[in-house]
Amino acid sequence: MPDVHTLVNDFLNQLKKRKIEGSQATAKLTAELLRSVISQQRVPHTNQATTLINAVRAVGEQLIAANPIELAVGNIVRRVLHIIREEDLSLATAAMDGLGVSAASDDEDDAERDENPVLSAAAVAAAARSTLRPPSLQTLLEDTSDSAAAPPTSSSGGESDGRSRSVEKGSRGRKLKHDVIEAVNELIQDISTCYEQIAEQAVEHIHHNEVILTLGSSKTVLEFLYAAKEKQRSFKVFVAEGAPRYQGHLLAKELAARGLQTTVITDSAVFAMISRVNMVIVGAHAVMANGGVIAPVGLNMAALAAQRHAVPFVVLAGSHKLCPLYPHNPEVLLNELRSPSELLDFGEFSDCMDSASGAGSLHVVNPTFDYVPPKLVSLFITDTGGHNPSYMYRLIADYYSADDLVVKRRPTTGS
Amino acid sequence: MGAQKKSGARVSEDPDELVRVPLQAVLLADSFTTKFRPITLERPKVLLPLVNVPMINYTLTWLESAGVEEVFVFCCSHSKQVISYLEKSEWLSQPNFTVTTVESQNSVSAGDALRVIYERNVIHGDFVLISGDTVSNMSLTQALLEHKERKKKDSNAVMTMVIKRSKPNPAIHQSRLGTDELFMAIDPNTKQLLYYEDRADQSKGTLHLDKSLLADNPSLSLHHDKQDCYIDICSPEVLSLFTDNFDYQHLRRHFVKGLLLDDIMGYKIFVHEIHSDYAARIDNFRSYDTVSKDIIHRWTYPLVPDVMNFGDTATKLERQGIYRASEISQSQSAVIGPFTVIGSGTKIGHNTKILNSVIGEGCKIGSNVIIEGCYIWDNISIEDGCKLQHAIVCDGVIIKSGAVLEPGVILSFKVVVGPEFVVPPYSNVSLLQQPIEEDSDEELEYADSTSVIGSQVDKSDVEIASKVLETHFSPASELGMGGAGHVWSTCEGSHEEEWRHSVAPIPKDKVMEAIKTMKDDLENDDSFLPPSGELKPNSNYSDDDDHEDSRDDSYYFEKEVEATFLRAVHENIQESHLILEINSLKLSYNKLAADCAGAVFSAMMKYALDTPHSSADVLLQNVQAVFTKWKKALTSYLTDIDEQIEVILKFEEICEESAKEFAPLFTRILHYLYNEDVVEEDAILSWEAELKDADEADKVFVKQAQKLIQWLKEAPEEDDDDEE
Repeated sequence: MPDVHTLVNDFLNQLKKRKIEGSQATAKLTAELLRSVISQQRVPHTNQATTLINAVRAVGEQLIAANPIELAVGNIVRRVLHIIREEDLSLATAAMDGLGVSAASDDEDDAERDENPVLSAAAVAAAARSTLRPPSLQTLLEDTSDSAAAPPTSSSGGESDGRSRSVEKGSRGRKLKHDVIEAVNELIQDISTCYEQIAEQAVEHIHHNEVILTLGSSKTVLEFLYAAKEKQRSFKVFVAEGAPRYQGHLLAKELAARGLQTTVITDSAVFAMISRVNMVIVGAHAVMANGGVIAPVGLNMAALAAQRHAVPFVVLAGSHKLCPLYPHNPEVLLNELRSPSELLDFGEFSDCMDSASGAGSLHVVNPTFDYVPPKLVSLFITDTGGHNPSYMYRLIADYYSADDLVVKRRPTTGS
Repeated sequence: MGAQKKSGARVSEDPDELVRVPLQAVLLADSFTTKFRPITLERPKVLLPLVNVPMINYTLTWLESAGVEEVFVFCCSHSKQVISYLEKSEWLSQPNFTVTTVESQNSVSAGDALRVIYERNVIHGDFVLISGDTVSNMSLTQALLEHKERKKKDSNAVMTMVIKRSKPNPAIHQSRLGTDELFMAIDPNTKQLLYYEDRADQSKGTLHLDKSLLADNPSLSLHHDKQDCYIDICSPEVLSLFTDNFDYQHLRRHFVKGLLLDDIMGYKIFVHEIHSDYAARIDNFRSYDTVSKDIIHRWTYPLVPDVMNFGDTATKLERQGIYRASEISQSQSAVIGPFTVIGSGTKIGHNTKILNSVIGEGCKIGSNVIIEGCYIWDNISIEDGCKLQHAIVCDGVIIKSGAVLEPGVILSFKVVVGPEFVVPPYSNVSLLQQPIEEDSDEELEYADSTSVIGSQVDKSDVEIASKVLETHFSPASELGMGGAGHVWSTCEGSHEEEWRHSVAPIPKDKVMEAIKTMKDDLENDDSFLPPSGELKPNSNYSDDDDHEDSRDDSYYFEKEVEATFLRAVHENIQESHLILEINSLKLSYNKLAADCAGAVFSAMMKYALDTPHSSADVLLQNVQAVFTKWKKALTSYLTDIDEQIEVILKFEEICEESAKEFAPLFTRILHYLYNEDVVEEDAILSWEAELKDADEADKVFVKQAQKLIQWLKEAPEEDDDDEE
């Protein structure tokens, strides 16, 4: 337990000091941390899922508070919570066979189990499942098959005895934890391979002799463009430099090194160049539930330019960037204002900032993110495929359960 | 060298082993000054809140994020408070970051502190020396690397100072942090610090470099726009140096200057300049104000209120730089201006205006209050209708309704200001009496009194406070009805300093005044220092070349004329050729004949001065010799009376500034010039008339020449009666 504690504190520290950059790295670290939290958490016989959920919530709350701007932390916490709920549910449905048997076989030894009638348990599970997964096109199909399959199995089973049941019950705790850890591992795997999954789709979107515009630097975009090049597509890339951090320069360098024909332009030249562009492809910091995008500063301008010239504006985002919150939430809209020294050299302008003599009052603001409203986005490409902005909330419903949208516990619980 | 050997043996001879030593830091939690009095009588400076977070947190956070693994916090005055604060905070329980407190009651200076650290034998490698009131977000990696590299090449490179560019205010010669203009000579190639002067004589605008500096270094650049960040990367030798030189007290004044001047040991100091990163030390109230504003403007990111939350309450940044903590109750009609920080649990009444201020936790602010540019700490109650401008108000102060704080006021802990009372500007108010043994001399600012009083207060802080409260709740105290507190009288000589170091902005009239004097200086003196440049010693520069390399072309012009003249003298060039050359200079610099006359004259005088002379008479003879030979070069520019006046003014300036030897000879040379027809009678008389209204100080030479003037007036016809 203390081991996890130091891990958590260490991570909190890093988040607080803004030492971790990039949502992918943050997401991965968060998932790994939560995995160790879960694996170290001792689970009682009853209410295992609740214990795990509470443990994850307690840590998650701290993590989110440490850097509320980095939405990936909250996303991963919610994803893990959702995983726990799902695994619990699937175990419950699986165990229902046993439960059904116990009720049917009318065993005296297991008095406490008799309090849970089969029917109600199944109903609760079904209800829980339906809240977990609102019927999207895919899940509707899955669910119907599931629920159609479940009742017959529960009624059909009938040969297991009380001893095997108790063994099964003891192992169930370990099984839940095990399953959850497995699923979190999968999640980590997903996060680290999201580049490739997104990049695989590149050929479908980039065609011969096209001109692609991007702004700033994003690993996803880099891989995406490179994948298209690998598939023998020849195209040009315009890179807007992404002031004030000029990460576009790095991207351009990398692209050029990989043999793509690259042109660097200033951010302010985006409008001038957009008429020659066939498609704008950018990365995102986070994708909100309404399909709006929190993206590096300057992108809103690029999106507006793209709209003006009817150029498709495509946003690449790994599924860990999908945030179940809506951007009317001020917490989200709050921007990270970084040090003005990225814009101006302090020493150079120190006389203008001499507040003491009252001579100068130079203020410099350096926001990190822009909000791009959903109507400006033509397409999202995630690791599960391309989606319309209006479909985002559906996708999000697949990944998160509605109960977890507010991770913060009631103040009464304490920590 | 003995010191070095000793420490060498102490640490380890093996360089590989040195590498593995974790990075250590010595944090001085005591500034050993009295600049923050009266507040520091009751609470140590490092615990004073800076934008609602005790200063030491900024320093420790930075040290931690810069990769320092072990910090020794040296506590002296109020050591108990510092230690108990650290114990309560989370600093002592951080992974990979150990904070150890070192307590010493009888240290009175940074030098003593380092000697104590040396005796403890805890520093095993390079360490960062920093004071607990430093705010920075710089990355140490580069500086450390440079230091280590240099150390490998030259074991005498004991220290790397971090400096930052910061333009000083040209008018009042102080940086935005309120410190005096700092002059540094740095070798631009090796970054070695060659000269350090933080208290240069502003009045003259000159500073003196040792001749050998110019001789020994192929090039050196002189800076006056650098700010000392007081972050030093030191080798362990520094500690032993302090122990060996037990009279070293002040880090800069004794240690740095000592090493620079005394080259017997050959130790060298280098500088590391940071550009985009931030680093500043809070040295006085002015820098407290400036650094607070820098933090609010996010120059110190990530050390900003909404990111660095030490308490449980998160602060949120709103538009226009308003930082708001949770649980604030604010009236609808209250106006909160930009760049304001409000702590949690604070209540703000109707129609109250808060601009550019920092408000702490749990304050109660009434209605119709105006707060501008103030630093209000925790649990303060401000009643209705008060007006506060550019003040620092410490914890627990009560300001009764209608009271006014004028700019620059400091209210120490628990002071009560009576209703309708106006606290005069720049007053320091404390519940404690002003200590009698006030150290007026700044050199002694780290004298015993700090620690003695500090420890007294430590013990009986509450006692004294309650006693004072009782005695001073008399109906009419120094602070109006029902007020409590003593207004400290400003100590002698610090009246001038008052506005320089206070939180209040510099009054406009002071700036105007300073600009005016500066302009006056400029008119007769070209030694105003332009921004740094590089100075290469070359043969044309004579010894009095204290000036920086300058872009000011009149300065260049003079130098050029002087060099031409000297060449003419040495190579025996004909007068007419010299005049031609000077004429071409005059055209290329676009100067008037008067400027030429002045320049030629000063070149001649300098030449006369440089010719060896034993006494004033010989000097006079030198002058005469020079003039007999080169008079024509000068007189060719003296066609008009104005030019002659210029020559006299120039002469006066030379006497005052660069060559004091001429001062006693002023009249005699002037007379000589008159006899030689270099200057005419009218010129002398109108010069005298021009200076009639000048300051007494400027009239020294007029007085000296009075006899001559008298004689001039009387000797010829009585046609100039109107002169008197």
